[in-house]
Amino acid sequence: MNGAGLRDLIRQPLVVALALIVALLVLGEALSPGFASMQQILRLLIVAALLGIVAAGQNLVILGGREGIDLSVGGVVSLSAIIAGNLMSGSDAGIPMAIVACIAAGALIGLINGIGTTLLRIPPLVMTLGMLGVLQGLLIVIRQGIPSGRAAPGLSQFVTQPFLLGLPGIIWLWIAIGVLMALLLHRTVFGQRIYAIGSNEHAAWMAGVPVKAVRIALFVLSGAFAAIAGICLIGYSGSSFANVGEQYMLPSIIAVVFGGTSLAGGKGGYTGTMAGAVMLTVLQAILTTVNIDESGRQMIFGATLLVLMLFYGRGRAMRA
Amino acid sequence: MTDLAPPARRKGGFKRVLERYPFLPALLILVVLLALNGIYQPRSVSLVGITGLIKTYLALMLLAVAQAYVVYAADIDLSVGAIVSLVNVAVVTLMQHWGGEALPVFGAIALGLLVGLACGIVNGLVVAALRLQAIVATFATSIFFTGLALYIMPVAGTPAPTLFWRTYGGRMLDIPFVFYVVVVLAVLLYALSRTRLTTQLLAVGDDAQAAYQSGLPVTLIRIKGYAMCGVFAALAALCITGDTASGDPLVGGKMTLFSVAAVVLGGSALSGGVGTVAGAVIGALIIGLINSLVYFVGTPSEWQNLVQGLAILLALMAGILVGRRARA
Repeated sequence: MNGAGLRDLIRQPLVVALALIVALLVLGEALSPGFASMQQILRLLIVAALLGIVAAGQNLVILGGREGIDLSVGGVVSLSAIIAGNLMSGSDAGIPMAIVACIAAGALIGLINGIGTTLLRIPPLVMTLGMLGVLQGLLIVIRQGIPSGRAAPGLSQFVTQPFLLGLPGIIWLWIAIGVLMALLLHRTVFGQRIYAIGSNEHAAWMAGVPVKAVRIALFVLSGAFAAIAGICLIGYSGSSFANVGEQYMLPSIIAVVFGGTSLAGGKGGYTGTMAGAVMLTVLQAILTTVNIDESGRQMIFGATLLVLMLFYGRGRAMRA
Repeated sequence: MTDLAPPARRKGGFKRVLERYPFLPALLILVVLLALNGIYQPRSVSLVGITGLIKTYLALMLLAVAQAYVVYAADIDLSVGAIVSLVNVAVVTLMQHWGGEALPVFGAIALGLLVGLACGIVNGLVVAALRLQAIVATFATSIFFTGLALYIMPVAGTPAPTLFWRTYGGRMLDIPFVFYVVVVLAVLLYALSRTRLTTQLLAVGDDAQAAYQSGLPVTLIRIKGYAMCGVFAALAALCITGDTASGDPLVGGKMTLFSVAAVVLGGSALSGGVGTVAGAVIGALIIGLINSLVYFVGTPSEWQNLVQGLAILLALMAGILVGRRARA
């Protein structure tokens, strides 16, 4: 391989992310033997899948450009977890209803976000930030009236126990979402339209792309993905607790960035984001493995994130 | 460019006023909210009521001002809440260490401001000099700052010296101390709004490329914006410390997103180039008044957050729609 080829290769975000994942696993194994055992890796992948599913929607919204971002995903995850928990309340019979209701709720929230950002032209950051406040309030209201709910055993099994070829169902679900996202982005008209509006909205509009409809659809999908993650989350943890989804808001954006998708929109894809989600999860797992204070853990985590960001999407220098 | 734009069409007087004072719609909302507060709870617009409101929301006002300085230049700082926490625990720990006399208290305050400045400069270097995306980079620094705060004070609860919170919550010459703070701040903010830095930050936010081409040191200006942000976040931390009278390594976390909302409520555009610190202060007061109004109209406690959230979302949308119509 010649020098230019190699340089191109290490500039590929996916390659960087995969290399870092391997390096982190080696580091983890060195720090604490057993870290990179098959069982541990499976557990890490389950946690990564939860983040990765939220990041799928985030990725779509960001790809659509115009400062696209969805800060409400954390709120949707929490809401979905509590709705799912209550509709199931420990019985498998409630699973289909829970899935339908949660995805409908997430999609509805996404629809409102989409309408606000396109028809009313509220900047996405502001619209979804306001929506997050509303959802946090809504969660308190819901929590007053009803118990926190319990996951159905079938769902817990799907998320945590081997389902097919030794892999838990949620990992198969994540793989399926990955394949569907790749097909959606690269093999459909809708996918082409996402990249078109993300890289040059005006040109896309001139070419006849229904810009607003596409962007609304992206927010709807983001809400739906966050809702799916919420259902899986209660399957993972058994029951939901206050603001359980908050931990996904900014990490979902970081996973997208680490996957090589530009926050400016129009460039990137979901395969990288999946690697980014695994990388973030492994990094956090290493920090919980090593025996240091919470304070040291956070400082190392923050500093590492900054260093890793240097590999990705740095802005262009000013030129006269 | 040989782009000979036609001379700008003369705009109506109202539009020109709005362009100069983008916070006017927010001011209108503020007056309406004050009136509503007065109707539902007459005592809330008395001297005691207003003093209480200012005491509780001075920190958010200052944090909104902090956020405004970076938003001017089209940046954002998601670490302001973490800076508040860090300065809060640093100041309380220093005061406890040095004793609660006047001189050590002043020393701790000065060091607290320096900590805020340092955090701001770190953010500025990371975002402007290393050219990382502001949203994700300042989220990363916020994790780091929170870690530092937890290192200094692992659990909340260390009390601040009596002298400090008594002064903040007390009266001087029969006038509540916070009013002096407000007057000093008003003068300071007015003076700052007339400095070259404010104009430069707005120029960078309006069009960074154009600012660069006309010879402005864009990177340095953005770093200065973040530095200002850090200092005002530290001032906000001092107010929080005066209000809560104790140290808490997680006290500021929840405030970050409210500071962004306050800036937008005040008529500043997150895309940069348009904004005023007066608007940011008004935005913070709007959030405070919405919160108290929801309480005064007798909303059941579990519904309060939802109604507040809806009201803030509606106010955000209304402000943006009115502001855009005015600028169009």
